[in-house]
Amino acid sequence: MADVLRSRIASGLLASMVFVFAAVAKEAPPAAEDPVLEKKMMRIAAELRCLVCQNETIAASHADLAADLREQVRRMLKEGRSEEQIVRYMTERYGDFVLYRPPMKGTTLLLWFGPVVLLVGGLAVLVIVLRRRNRLSDDRFEPDEPEAPDEGTTR
Amino acid sequence: MRSLRFIIPLLVFAALLFFLFRGLKLDPREVPSPLIDKPAPGFTLTRLDDATRTIRRDDMLGKVWLLNVWASWCVACRQEHPTLVALAQTRAAPIVGLNYKDTRPEGLAWLGQFGNPYDVSAFDQDGRVGIDFGVYGVPETFVIDKNGLVRFKHIGPLTPEIVQTKIQPLLRQLNG
Repeated sequence: MADVLRSRIASGLLASMVFVFAAVAKEAPPAAEDPVLEKKMMRIAAELRCLVCQNETIAASHADLAADLREQVRRMLKEGRSEEQIVRYMTERYGDFVLYRPPMKGTTLLLWFGPVVLLVGGLAVLVIVLRRRNRLSDDRFEPDEPEAPDEGTTR
Repeated sequence: MRSLRFIIPLLVFAALLFFLFRGLKLDPREVPSPLIDKPAPGFTLTRLDDATRTIRRDDMLGKVWLLNVWASWCVACRQEHPTLVALAQTRAAPIVGLNYKDTRPEGLAWLGQFGNPYDVSAFDQDGRVGIDFGVYGVPETFVIDKNGLVRFKHIGPLTPEIVQTKIQPLLRQLNG
């Protein structure tokens, strides 16, 4: 008896889950007309930043602007533009920030090399200070407290 | 020179603090426009209120004007609307609207409901003129001078403060 009830509940649950998923499932996006062009477009799109969701590329972002810019890249590829021309088109309108990888320029040298320089500098200071301390004679340092078996008593 | 050992790390720390606070003040949503001091992109669009007539960038040459990007679906545009209407009433400069990715009926209804500060609105249905202007967050406002060069861009809703401290002085300067 309990088995029949359990299997009825299970199939009821399963059926309602199917309905729920069907309700939220969207139509699959239309297949691209030209898969080669689409791949090229996605490759370029992965190098461009979505200015709305700034940590995403326009390849990944769901924002309207990202969809518009992907369409623009597609259009330019169909016209026969090169990747360099397309990227320049974008930076002319949105500035260097639209490049997902910051360009190597005078103004971005600090961005690229700053952290490494600070790290190396910090390590160098550490090594120098430790070496210097190593060379000092022992009486420059406070003596280690000898282990006392009864810590609680007064001196 | 014992104090030197303490001063140098302190200076380095102070420098780091300086950069930290400067960085905290910067807003990454405000991407600087590469169009400043460059010619405003040319466009030819139909008017929002009349699909048989066109409005072009070149129609505005010789005048200092504002281009305001707006849409009926844009909530922040409603926020700046009173400021824009007030600015239009001062007649400091013509304001051209760029109706971005909207429909004619909705755009016109929005103007009817909230008021129309624009001398004319251009209908940019697919947003391609917006892309030329580097639009990424509606509303955006541009100040363009008599020679057609972009001199100022503001991203986000206009406030009376921005109008008073940035736009009006610039308009006075450009108008000579």
